[in-house]
Amino acid sequence: MRRHSVVWIGALTALVLFGPGGAWAAPPAVGEGLPGMTLPAPAGPDHRAYLGLAGEGPFDAAAVRAEVLLIEVFSMYCSYCQKEAPEVNRLYERAGSSPDLRDRLRIIGIGVGNTALEVEVFRKKYAVPFPLFPDPDFTLHRALGEVRTPFFIVARRAAEGNGWVAVLTREGSMDGADPFLKRIREAAGLFKEDGS
Amino acid sequence: MSRRVLNAATAAVLGALLALGFAGAPASCRGGEGHIYDPGRLAPRDSTLRVEVGDEAPDFTLPAVTGGIVRLFQYRGSRNVVLSFVPAAWTPVCSDQWPGYNIAEEIFTQADAVILGITVDNLPTLHAWTREMGGMWFPVLSDFWPHGAAAAAYGVLRSDGTAERALFVIDKRGVIRYVDVHDINERPPLDELVRALEHLER
Repeated sequence: MRRHSVVWIGALTALVLFGPGGAWAAPPAVGEGLPGMTLPAPAGPDHRAYLGLAGEGPFDAAAVRAEVLLIEVFSMYCSYCQKEAPEVNRLYERAGSSPDLRDRLRIIGIGVGNTALEVEVFRKKYAVPFPLFPDPDFTLHRALGEVRTPFFIVARRAAEGNGWVAVLTREGSMDGADPFLKRIREAAGLFKEDGS
Repeated sequence: MSRRVLNAATAAVLGALLALGFAGAPASCRGGEGHIYDPGRLAPRDSTLRVEVGDEAPDFTLPAVTGGIVRLFQYRGSRNVVLSFVPAAWTPVCSDQWPGYNIAEEIFTQADAVILGITVDNLPTLHAWTREMGGMWFPVLSDFWPHGAAAAAYGVLRSDGTAERALFVIDKRGVIRYVDVHDINERPPLDELVRALEHLER
């Protein structure tokens, strides 16, 4: 009886700590690899091309062709994410018009707890130009440590393998596209062509 | 280890498991947490509905946070109405529900519908809360006094004086066409509400 109880408690404890609730998962730490993430199919060929994806359908985040990946964890329902949206768009435009970043940095958004319809409402309202992905059942949110929104993760391609390693994380507002782009450059070791 | 200790430990672990929940808590906004009161996980539902689809919607007259009085019957013959009851101001999921409706105005406009957001809070509290969320395009009404009378008429007043997280869609004839008394801990997906609106006369 006693042995059964100990096994029972151990199993339950493991379930609480590591099980589907995953409530104690931590946000990605700088220097550590990002968890494996399967993202839904991009909205169209433009987004597939932007992410450098060959095939259609859901894809592994590791398949994104870039040196640096910026993930914005957001929710359509979050007023702070709404306020931040124009600034994240600005960061996308700045990166796209920057010769040293245009082909090296990619930006995606994950709408945690949001259905495809809810993500589409957000995309349309703020004319978000980069790919946004729904996460209606919080699967990706749990994998990313159930962070508050908005939350930004900057990751660099892993030296070995094809995964991503976090180099910078930020909870809350970026406090401006240009200063944050500077921080991305510093954290990811990206420098302008003139060495600045 | 005695059996009593083992049983207590088992109960504690089970309790923790239930408290954490398997579904995952709704994501909460960074920035608002300093003002938001977290009541923890609540009983999903704590009231008995007094209306159903097909019923005439009970009328009410409530003060709006932006001033003036709103009466449900004033929309008869002119607009479809979505009643969005939320438990209380400054609580986590509510603070993540109306801001979503705030950027989905076009969906409601296309359905010739207006939202009436209702809580049991008084006007000063609603004033501060809605301002903190950036303001709402739809009327936010105070069902404070007589306390929760409108919520009670629909059967969504909980035993602690807060309201359920409930949605009612009422057509232009004043007939209830959709009811969702949602788990208070979770946000209703917009999709179901949109489907309900699609069935209404424009």
